[in-house]
Amino acid sequence: MTDVKNLEELFQAKIDAEQKIEPKDWMPDAYRKNLIRQISQHAHSEVVGMLPEGNWITRAPSLKRKAILLAKVQDEAGHGLYLYSAVETMGTSREQTIDDLLSGKAKYSSIFNYPTLSWADIGAIGWLVDGAAIMNQVMLCRTSYGPYARAMVRICKEESFHQRQGYEIMAVLAKGSPEQKEMAQDALNRWWWPSLMMFGPTDANSPHSEQSMKWKIKRQSNDELRQTFIDRTVQQAEVIGLSIPDPDLKWNEETQHYDWGEIDWTEFNNVVAGNGPCNKERLAARNKAHNDGAWVREAALAYAAKKAKRKAA
Amino acid sequence: MSNNPNNWPLWEIFIQSKRGLEHKHVGSLHAADPQMAIENARDVYTRRQEGNSIWVVLAEHMHASRPEDAESFYDPADDKVYRHPTFYTMPEGAKYI
Repeated sequence: MTDVKNLEELFQAKIDAEQKIEPKDWMPDAYRKNLIRQISQHAHSEVVGMLPEGNWITRAPSLKRKAILLAKVQDEAGHGLYLYSAVETMGTSREQTIDDLLSGKAKYSSIFNYPTLSWADIGAIGWLVDGAAIMNQVMLCRTSYGPYARAMVRICKEESFHQRQGYEIMAVLAKGSPEQKEMAQDALNRWWWPSLMMFGPTDANSPHSEQSMKWKIKRQSNDELRQTFIDRTVQQAEVIGLSIPDPDLKWNEETQHYDWGEIDWTEFNNVVAGNGPCNKERLAARNKAHNDGAWVREAALAYAAKKAKRKAA
Repeated sequence: MSNNPNNWPLWEIFIQSKRGLEHKHVGSLHAADPQMAIENARDVYTRRQEGNSIWVVLAEHMHASRPEDAESFYDPADDKVYRHPTFYTMPEGAKYI
């Protein structure tokens, strides 16, 4: 009989050989737990992420922008579903996963606990928040768990429209009236730092990272991804004439990267702990939607049972 | 997996991207009945014209081979190179073969 140690070696050898792990393969318990946590958090982020944007669907400045925003929010629902499906392949029920979100036990990306105060925030979210998410998601297309990697490929194909529509909103506002430009700059000021926090704690303070790298769940560190995001985004801000709200931001000729200021980790920890501006509102909205939809789920089942009975008769 | 009868069952979704091509597995979703599964699959998996035909199969009706048996299960094919056309030496000069 093969013992666990041997199985673990075989498992790691598969990973080292760049073979994907599939649902029915043996995997260490910790790998399964780690992925269930990560993929479900990711799924919840897609779903909760619909709330700040949904806030502006009825108030989009034109029919075109409204149609685009609707399509984007619908994509986010789809992304949540791809990911929930991936979690389910690990043997945990959909019901359990959703319950963990609704009870507050599971986390989602803290960025969605900030409010969308103006239309420019929709631009900033697409450009910065989706932009930061893409950095992470492109890496995850090569993650070691097959169903997660396949979901990410699908998501990445769709996500680039999200970032581009956001950047376009910002570009248009920045070229508009002084008030519009100011609105765009204000949105950038408020979303910049929370977007950098999306990459998670610094490598020195990231307890799960080393194991995740060994299992090839992650392939780049938080700090690497954050730096690439900053390097790319600063240039994009320059193109549209907006300024990054960081007095310490400076090009470093030697490293060929931007040096930048300090993230306020106290704020980060506060929002993660549930004390952000919208944590309670977001969770309440999800719970309300779930409870208000209960009769629909029941009715659909009753209808399906009735139809099946009629067919059998 | 959940056995709660109040939950919609899980369906595996297969999409044909173009007439003439095979249906390919793309993922899964929950739905109360086959029609709803097909409609939800359209909304979830074909938002950008990725397909023109959808199959849905109750996940509980799917059966799969066991990865831990893979070696012995597939080894009968390992020593049968003569199943490939390149195994055979054709006489020099023969055409269209």
